[in-house]
Amino acid sequence: MSAINWRMPRWFYQMGSPKWFYEWAGRLQPWFAGSVFILLLWGMIWGLAFAPADYQQGNSFRIMYVHVPAAILSQSVFMAMAMAGAIGLIWKMKVAFMVARSCVAIGASFTAIALLTGAIWGKPTWGAFWVWDARLTSTLVLLFLYAGVMALNQAISERQTAGKASAILAIVGSINIPVIKYSVEWWNTLHQSSSFSFTEKPSMPAEMYLPLLLTVLGCYCFFSLLVLMRTRTQILQTQSQTSWLAAHRDIRGE
Amino acid sequence: MMAFVMAIVKRDLLLILRQPADILNPLVFFILVVALFPLGVSPEASILAPTAAGIVWVAAMLATLLSLELMFKLDHEDGSLEQLLLAPYPGWSLVLAKVLVHWLISGLPLVLLSPLIASMLFLPLHALPTLMLSLLIGTPTLSLFGAIGAALVTGVRGGGMLLTILILPLYVPVIIFGAASVAAAVQGMPIDGYMAILGAMLVFALMITPWASSAALKL
Repeated sequence: MSAINWRMPRWFYQMGSPKWFYEWAGRLQPWFAGSVFILLLWGMIWGLAFAPADYQQGNSFRIMYVHVPAAILSQSVFMAMAMAGAIGLIWKMKVAFMVARSCVAIGASFTAIALLTGAIWGKPTWGAFWVWDARLTSTLVLLFLYAGVMALNQAISERQTAGKASAILAIVGSINIPVIKYSVEWWNTLHQSSSFSFTEKPSMPAEMYLPLLLTVLGCYCFFSLLVLMRTRTQILQTQSQTSWLAAHRDIRGE
Repeated sequence: MMAFVMAIVKRDLLLILRQPADILNPLVFFILVVALFPLGVSPEASILAPTAAGIVWVAAMLATLLSLELMFKLDHEDGSLEQLLLAPYPGWSLVLAKVLVHWLISGLPLVLLSPLIASMLFLPLHALPTLMLSLLIGTPTLSLFGAIGAALVTGVRGGGMLLTILILPLYVPVIIFGAASVAAAVQGMPIDGYMAILGAMLVFALMITPWASSAALKL
């Protein structure tokens, strides 16, 4: 049996170095910041002010331009967190654990925003702030999963150990998310008649979904920007004893 | 390796039998929680009977959580956990032994107690075998997923509360199908599908949790 001689590209290993990551993240940051500014401003103004009102829901559907990106991101961020954790465990990269740690609060915030805007949207549409709908319930469970990772990160003071422990929890959680999702969907269809359903048309007109696309992309860029910023802050916190950081222009203030 | 697992099981059971309060407390808790529902909701059979399956499952889950913290804690405190991890056997075999012991002292007694609890909540008699069977298949899954949490919080301050937050979301599928199987049995519907899914979850848990728990123990 021949040995597997398969390697990740060079930049992948270089990203494992805090110094490299700090530099590259610093260079990428303005690009993401610019994209966030353009995409969110464009998408929000288009969606909130110019997109046509829904023929059934009137203007209340416009909360979709906040709700849908937040809901999409709530799941994507968990996956990103689990993947960063797995990279950290497999390749023993400190930076990957920092990236995973940065994801937790962002993902939990997106989940909370999705639930909150969902409740506000639910009142005029369904007549109730909260229903035990499959999607709502699985999003609530997702928020609890984030809370678990967050609590574990807080409870272990040693960063490296906290990173590994949270990575294991995030991986197990991400494997379980589909199981939870499908069991909740099944449970809901059994227990509840189909009294609630989205009243929107099966396909939205382009003037309605294009702004949505922009805000979703904008939120992805916003997430990336926040992860880069938070990870850079963690590098500053944990690498303060290293010589490269002491010599860095950000520290010397040149 | 079988000898290693059996030796740990034997040792842990012996240790626990010398401290019977550790097994009895979660069981007393189980009965207490169940007894609170008639007091808080209603003593009427017409209200309790439809909710009996859910109450028993929630109480079983809480009782399992209560005893989880002890899974690795004592061995960690006296240092024997490190020695066991240094033994020339894979970490998951140690976890499997610990899970087996935990199930024997928490899951199995819950299964055996469930007829008493079910009759207190007026669960129809013909649904009783389903309740016991669902607990028999479901509680090992609870112990297995719980092992991950127990391993993660070993040596962490405030571990007990933390453990609850980490593990309860993972229990959602088990309680859904466990309680639904009993509800189906009450209505006289077939339960094979539920048992198959509970069994699939058990196999799934057997696949991933010993690995994840031993990774967490070795942090």
